[in-house]
Amino acid sequence: MNQSEEEILRLLENVFDPEIPVLNIVEMGIVRSVNIVQNEYRIEITPTYSGCPAMHTIEKDILDLLNSHGIKNVKIKRIYSPAWTTDCFSESTKTKLKEYGIAPPVINIKEEFLKINRTCPFCDSDKTKTISEFGSTSCKSLHYCDDCRQPFEYFKCI
Amino acid sequence: MTNILDKNIQNALFNYILGLGDDRLILGHRLSEWCGHAHILEEDIALGNIGLDLIGQASAYLSLAAEVENKNRTEDDLAYFRNEYEFKNFQLVEQPNIDFAYTIVRQFFFDVYEGIFLEELAKSKFEQMAGIAKKSIKENIYHTRHSRNWILRLGDGTEESHVKTQTAINDLWKFTGEIFSENENDNILINENFAPDLKPLKSKWNEIIKSVLNEATLEMPENIGFSSGSRSGIHTEHLGHLLAEMQIVARSFPGAKW
Repeated sequence: MNQSEEEILRLLENVFDPEIPVLNIVEMGIVRSVNIVQNEYRIEITPTYSGCPAMHTIEKDILDLLNSHGIKNVKIKRIYSPAWTTDCFSESTKTKLKEYGIAPPVINIKEEFLKINRTCPFCDSDKTKTISEFGSTSCKSLHYCDDCRQPFEYFKCI
Repeated sequence: MTNILDKNIQNALFNYILGLGDDRLILGHRLSEWCGHAHILEEDIALGNIGLDLIGQASAYLSLAAEVENKNRTEDDLAYFRNEYEFKNFQLVEQPNIDFAYTIVRQFFFDVYEGIFLEELAKSKFEQMAGIAKKSIKENIYHTRHSRNWILRLGDGTEESHVKTQTAINDLWKFTGEIFSENENDNILINENFAPDLKPLKSKWNEIIKSVLNEATLEMPENIGFSSGSRSGIHTEHLGHLLAEMQIVARSFPGAKW
């Protein structure tokens, strides 16, 4: 019951995004801060998209995990600023996404619109077409690879 | 920050943020009505996604409004336990879906407004509100690409799609006047640099709408008369029906959880 802020942060690396279960909420940048103030564990999290329905699950997962480690006095706050962005995804995060079968975001939203074809995460071909800019979750769009004939999802820049 | 505000400003801010939340809540709800009804699966998902973004933004604004009001109300109290005359959303966003053309035209008018408006709101001195605006800017880019592309395809598509889209534009035009109007409440906040001055933005909106409609071979209607009053609680007959459906579960089982 005397974990430091750093230790709490390490613990939170065990909470994964329910929609992309290969990425944890710390490397995704969803956890913004951990502060211990007068025995209260204050955790700030930020949504990827404003309406991301995974936030409820993530909050519950954080509480369950910390409770199971004997940490009870937890207060989670949602913040919106600075806005979450895919620009800060590290190369290793992008590699994990690609290995999971989701094409990782290109550099930023401006470049995304200039480059029309997404690269297929399975065969690296650029001969792909966009099926829809809105996919199974807010953060993904739908595409089809003309080379390996696989549909695939792309993590949109935001 | 909210506990050091002057009473007048606090009240003006509450009303203003409530309006922002209501616009997005009502439009988001309208889009959710398309679930399972769109002509193709991808479009069904797109409308659902956009609605979800808007409802998420509404949730952020309404939570902030509740915090500013400081009377122990929550975002859910504000969404589900206010009556029609207490809602402040634009009349544009409460208009029924009618058909796909109406839905897309309503969305396009709102998306273009939102794109221009958010850039300015993001500069607000009230940081929490500016933060939500900044968060929504990139979401709006996707929304506007979606509605703009549909306007082009529908307007410059078949004769039927052209006629239906032009009809929707003509019918919805009268609701576009008030989205750039200002009232006393707004003026209090404009003076404090909390809210943007909307007057210079109207011509920018007109230019974008005109150029897209032109490209889509559609006509800009004439400005004959505009409906207004939504920020003071005056609405068309459609809002009451929408609220009845949106609020019934929360009102039948107050505090229910699952």
